[in-house]
Amino acid sequence: MAENKRIDAPTGTQTVGHEWDGIEELDTPMPRWWVFTFWVCILWGIGYVVLFPAIPLFNGATPGLWNWSSRGQLEQQMKAETLRRAPITNALSAIPVEELAGNEKLYQAAIEGGRAAFKVHCVQCHGSGAAGSKGYPNLNDDDWLWGGDLPAIHYTLTHGVRQPDHEETRFSQMPAFGGVLNGGEIDAVAAYVQTLSGKAKPSARSAVGATLFANNCASCHGTDGKGMREFGAPNLTDGIWLYGGDAASIKTTITKARYGVMPRWNNRLDPVTIKMLAAYVHSLGGGEATATPATATAPDPEKVATNVQP
Amino acid sequence: MDILLTRVGVWFFVAVMAFAAMALGADQAYSVHMGIVCIAALIAMAASMNRFDFLTQKFPALSGAAVASRYDDEPIRWGAIATLFWGIAGFLVGLIIALQLAFPVLNFNLEFTTFGRLRPLHTSAVIFAFGGNALIATSFYVVQRTCRARLAFPGLARFVFWGYQLFIVLAATGYLMGVTEGKEYAEPEWYVDLWLTVVWVSYLAVFVGTIVKRKEPHIYVANWFYLSFIITVAMLHLVNNLSMPVSIFGSKSYSAFAGVQDALTQWWYGHNAVGFFLTAGFLAMMYYFVPKQAERPVYSYRLSIVHFWSLIFLYIWAGPHHLHYTALPDWAQTLGMVFSVVLWMPSWGGMINGLMTLNGAWDKIRTDPIIRMMVMALAFYGMSTFEGPMLSIKAVNSLSHYTDWTIGHVHSGALGWNGMITFACLYYLFPRLWNRERMYSLRMINWHFWLSTLGIVFYASAMWVSGIMQGLMWREYGADGYLVYSFAETVAAMFPMYLIRAFGGLLYLAGALVMVFNVWMTVAGKIRVEKPMTETPHNPEADRPYVAVPAE
Repeated sequence: MAENKRIDAPTGTQTVGHEWDGIEELDTPMPRWWVFTFWVCILWGIGYVVLFPAIPLFNGATPGLWNWSSRGQLEQQMKAETLRRAPITNALSAIPVEELAGNEKLYQAAIEGGRAAFKVHCVQCHGSGAAGSKGYPNLNDDDWLWGGDLPAIHYTLTHGVRQPDHEETRFSQMPAFGGVLNGGEIDAVAAYVQTLSGKAKPSARSAVGATLFANNCASCHGTDGKGMREFGAPNLTDGIWLYGGDAASIKTTITKARYGVMPRWNNRLDPVTIKMLAAYVHSLGGGEATATPATATAPDPEKVATNVQP
Repeated sequence: MDILLTRVGVWFFVAVMAFAAMALGADQAYSVHMGIVCIAALIAMAASMNRFDFLTQKFPALSGAAVASRYDDEPIRWGAIATLFWGIAGFLVGLIIALQLAFPVLNFNLEFTTFGRLRPLHTSAVIFAFGGNALIATSFYVVQRTCRARLAFPGLARFVFWGYQLFIVLAATGYLMGVTEGKEYAEPEWYVDLWLTVVWVSYLAVFVGTIVKRKEPHIYVANWFYLSFIITVAMLHLVNNLSMPVSIFGSKSYSAFAGVQDALTQWWYGHNAVGFFLTAGFLAMMYYFVPKQAERPVYSYRLSIVHFWSLIFLYIWAGPHHLHYTALPDWAQTLGMVFSVVLWMPSWGGMINGLMTLNGAWDKIRTDPIIRMMVMALAFYGMSTFEGPMLSIKAVNSLSHYTDWTIGHVHSGALGWNGMITFACLYYLFPRLWNRERMYSLRMINWHFWLSTLGIVFYASAMWVSGIMQGLMWREYGADGYLVYSFAETVAAMFPMYLIRAFGGLLYLAGALVMVFNVWMTVAGKIRVEKPMTETPHNPEADRPYVAVPAE
């Protein structure tokens, strides 16, 4: 099209003279504030490039006048934070776990650290409220498989449960009675076990089960069914069930047995964090007082580690 | 005759090869895909034979002159319908996955309907199927009008349309079957990538061919944007998808890049898919349809030159801002951040040129719902192109990264800018393409406008709140210097925001359904008797390509 400049009436601006399918263009100058802001951005960009790592070279890049790096910044922040926490961390590192509950200030500090670590490492199985779920123990109650005082919790956290690569792990193995007792006998034992916690009334069948229980189960669960912590054998007389307390679940447990595992944390977390986790779990409601120093020595590893049922 | 025979032969050959590949397929998904290709090739073969009949026997008198005096609008009509179809599909899947986030049971415990597979289906459906069809259809419309020439290579133009639909079908079915390269917005596997390359090069040929045979002395600004979009997308697609297939009879392939290089290549692609697909391409639509609908000259020719070149130059470097505080070297992060911030004004140049084009026609916002949509689209464009540079600043990014804030940002751009401008252009196109006086109902357009706007407001504000809350909870330290919240607690806190987001999505989908009804009635030739809001004059005499008249 030929040059066809005209003055656009509503705006009073001249057109450029081009036209496409009826569309013309005005010769309006670029808005000043736009050009100004654009230049400000460009100048800021140049400044940023001078101050921060920016231009790639053969080996690395220009470091910038401020010598900033993201790794350096992280290192600095972590160092400052470690330094700030050092008094607590050192004290926690020094104190024997048996005495932790006695030192109120350190104990509270450990609980706070444990709370944060629990949310990262433990909630996946035990739940964010530590209430557990089927197969994962509730840590808020006072029912403990392996003991609920600080050293016992600390030991479980350190060495885990049924870790195949680890000698000192908590280990117990209830036999699967599926091949030992027949169906009727397992029903009878389950009926008896249910009477222990008052879930069912004694009956002819539970009486049969009582005899079977005395012969097969009492060696670990005790004649009264209250369990034995040195074997990790649960108390059957309370209303707390890891795998369910209804007849069907109990029968499955007797028939196939259950072998839950928990990771050991001594190869993943530092000793202070484990101590803090122990304090946090201990504080949740069911924590028991550490036994008198005479018997407060940690359970004999040999005894614990080789508690294989006959 | 010879050409037609060759065409039929080529399609038959493709069908046979696809059938053989289907039989030899190493995995089920590959065989299903080759089956789809085989059927598509047979359909193309049948269509080729039909065309032979059509031209030579049924209408022997159909002369070149009658065709030459009209623009080639057939593929544009198909494209307009395809845009709407894929749009509804994409919005619907988006609503489903929004609900899945609030109610995980909606995954149905079925591999095909899990969030992980439906999410790329949603993103690809809205970006590439809805957005891509809108771009192809409008570019064919605009390039003909602003060049006063018919499409170059009309056969190839049709191939582009149908080939692109085949790409969409292969990509979508692949996602559902779990076939993916694992690269965001570039999920389709190697053979689908190769097919898209063929289609895209054909698209480039048709577009450039039409510009070359133009009857106007200058190339209109919309065509600069379309051309930059087509060329850059071709480059991005080729580089990011460089990969080695495990077998030519299997769907799996491995990327040519590894580690942080792969991540950087991916986000160089990913961010420029936003920059050149969703920004440059849609600015092209804006530069034609806004002045046409407003019947006003473009605000500033100089601004369009400066903002075009600065946008094109700066955008391509901005990708590394997706990898702040990662293994990516600091200098590359600096690069991404600096270019993103400098990009702010070039992006706003498009908004200024669009909005200020309404100088002298501001009253139309009151009377014309299509103009209203365009203005809202430009407002959201301006908002998200301010938010983008802001989010790319490292200090802001350390809070926003990996949170829903990013999702909110993307959707204020996608729903507000891309969606709204596409709806507006389609409302402009449908009556003209089907030769109707106007849309069936202008008041329904107004309903669509308000449903969409409300939907975006619910969506974006919910995601802003959710994202900032999430970011703050992640970094919340207690007095003793320990983290306060577990990840699951942040998820639980976001639940109400997820519900609001899904409600926003529902409103947006509802608006689009109103549009489908309106378009359906328009194409059916009906006009709703209603109180008029406005009418845009259209001169069918001027809506023609330039045909040289031989000297007497």
